[in-house]
Amino acid sequence: MLEIKGLKAKVEGKEILHGIDLAVPAGEVHAIMGPNGSGKSTLGYVLAGREGYEVTDGQALFKGRDILALEPEERAAAGLFLAFQYPVELPGVTNATFLKSALNAVRKARGEGELDAMQFLKRVRGIMKSLGMAEDMLKRGVNVGFSGGEKKRNEILQMAVLEPRLAVLDETDSGLDIDAMRIVADGVNALRGPGRAMLVITHYQRLLDYIVPDRVHVLMGGRIVRSGGPELARELEQKGYGSLPAAA
Amino acid sequence: MARTAQTSRVTAPAPALAAQLARYAGLKDRLAGAGLPWLRDLREAAAQALAANGLPTPRTEAWRFTNLRPLHDLSFAEPVALVGSEAERAALALLPALGRWRAVLVDGRFRADLSELDGLPEGLAVQPLASALHAGAAGLDGLLGTLARPDQEPMAALNTALMEDGVIVRVAPGVKVAERLEVVSIASAPAERAIAFHPRLLVTLGADASLILVDTALGAGAAAYLNNPVAEVDLAPGASLDHVRVQDEGPAALHLATVYARVAERARYESFTLSLGARLARNEVHVTLAGADGDCSVHGAYLAHGQRHIDNTSIIRHAAPACRSRQVYKGVLKDQSHGVFQGKIEVDQIAQKTDGYQMNQAILLSPEAEVNSKPQLEIYADDVKCSHGATVGELDEAQLFYLRSRGVPAEEARAILVQAFFGDALEQVPDEGLREALSALIAGWWEREGGAG
Ligand SMILES: Nc1ncnc2c1ncn2[C@@H]1O[C@H](COP(=O)(O)OP(=O)(O)OP(=O)(O)O)[C@@H](O)[C@H]1O
Ligand SMILES: [Mg+2]
Repeated sequence: MLEIKGLKAKVEGKEILHGIDLAVPAGEVHAIMGPNGSGKSTLGYVLAGREGYEVTDGQALFKGRDILALEPEERAAAGLFLAFQYPVELPGVTNATFLKSALNAVRKARGEGELDAMQFLKRVRGIMKSLGMAEDMLKRGVNVGFSGGEKKRNEILQMAVLEPRLAVLDETDSGLDIDAMRIVADGVNALRGPGRAMLVITHYQRLLDYIVPDRVHVLMGGRIVRSGGPELARELEQKGYGSLPAAA
Repeated sequence: MARTAQTSRVTAPAPALAAQLARYAGLKDRLAGAGLPWLRDLREAAAQALAANGLPTPRTEAWRFTNLRPLHDLSFAEPVALVGSEAERAALALLPALGRWRAVLVDGRFRADLSELDGLPEGLAVQPLASALHAGAAGLDGLLGTLARPDQEPMAALNTALMEDGVIVRVAPGVKVAERLEVVSIASAPAERAIAFHPRLLVTLGADASLILVDTALGAGAAAYLNNPVAEVDLAPGASLDHVRVQDEGPAALHLATVYARVAERARYESFTLSLGARLARNEVHVTLAGADGDCSVHGAYLAHGQRHIDNTSIIRHAAPACRSRQVYKGVLKDQSHGVFQGKIEVDQIAQKTDGYQMNQAILLSPEAEVNSKPQLEIYADDVKCSHGATVGELDEAQLFYLRSRGVPAEEARAILVQAFFGDALEQVPDEGLREALSALIAGWWEREGGAG
């Protein structure tokens, strides 16, 4: 599903990713852990196509196709989704407008018909209910005045509405209370399936109790320094990153 | 990220002024109301002020950022009354009905055939200015020309000298008009010659009266012309006027509008001006808060592209205690367009407890677009609260990326953010239906002109 090969990227002229190799096969969930500032969010932004994140070498194949030359919206239409570590506030744009524009843009790009207001609402209401979100969130400005946890749930709502093939979740668990974490994990697990893959960035083993990953990778200093099974996360929780070889 | 404009030092060629004065000399005995001594005097004084002060040049302080060269360069002709022209009907047909009643001017002249003024309620009078003048101008002495300052503002002087027609709106004391009244000015914009017209709008509200007035200026063609309207708005104690203005003139038009409003105690004047059109537009508003507890807001939104120039200038004078004023302008500028905001709050010594606020926010969609912001406070009282601010920037990169990362194409993402930017300015428009109409006009502009920013 996703194959990253020798990916190097610069931000503000400084190389942050020094050559990432990572493959997430269809149907699998991989976790990425690593200390603050190691480049996890940078990897997410590079995959999603954020301006200013300059790829200097390597490839990222998504369903066999290099996506690094695509516009962000083309990547989304192809089925890529990034849940932001810091969701952006859009004052004056209601959540309903935002979700509907996104869903219809993606459907249009995929050659599916646009949904009318009724169809859209029906679909969104069901998802919001399962995420424990009040419906009046739809009328509010996107993320404006949302609590930290509400913002994270809102990311999962967007993901569930857009049904991506590959989701990158950047610390979606941070700031969530225990119940919310379970709800979010259920949302993620609901989307697990043979045709989809996920990359879950987290600092905490706890999330991985709910979303059991197939593989765990450790990103340090802009490189994947170790990969293993779910037990690697538990090992890191006990020993910290100090036990790992320092990234050159 | 603010940018400053260069002001070029060009002296106004006298011929433009001479041509306007010659028109006045040729017309003064034939203009509507030429037989009324007080009106002759008013026009004569205005013409003399214009002769003395000249037309604005970049050296005129109040016109530092707006160069009227096109006015100097064009030679203008009289509008010819074309009864029943199809262009105006077509332009009108495209205009959504924003009110229950509509007074229509074509090239500055009232057109009964296009107006819909049946069924005006008791206490609301709408009358063409020219016919009132022909009929002896009962009640107009002491109304017409009482607020405009031709000695101060050259464009108001030109209007006063050459005005022929317009609309008089009167609301009797205590009458609250439930439905909206529209005044629509259409320019026929004939291709053969540039025409100039100088309509006058007079609005008076009696004590505790209220009205929503939608004041629209449109161009029916692409040729150059000058629309130089002056409005005089007089609000008695406790009166309330919502003055919503839409400027959607033709692409080569000069639109130089001046509004004078006097707000008595407890009265409220709220204006909102949406500027979408014209090659060069100036929206100049003078409000005097003349009685205690008065309230005014002079808001606006503007969108410009190409080489267009939009100037919003407002001067709010607090001449009485405990009044409140608000000026909030929001603009989006594309290509090489140029926006100007000049906002001034003057607080007289007597005007204690004044509460004044002004804000100009502009989004520049191109590196060649520019905006000049000149906020000014002139305060002679000691117990006042006045603040101002300005922000100029590009669309927020993080917001754009967020939308695009969800699949929204860049163009649509920009449109959504622009609409959101204007959203809170439109919140100021009190009437929901009007808010939606203005929002649709902005969306329409964006569809026509917004692409590939
Ligand atoms: N726009 C930027 N300008 C300059 N430096 C940047 C920028 N974005 C990221 N960096 C730097 O890149 C490095 C990696 O940042 P990144 O956000 O990817 O880390 P992270 O692994 O997600 O950390 P955290 O766990 O704290 O979220 C950091 O040193 C950061 O300061
Ligand atoms: Mg991060």
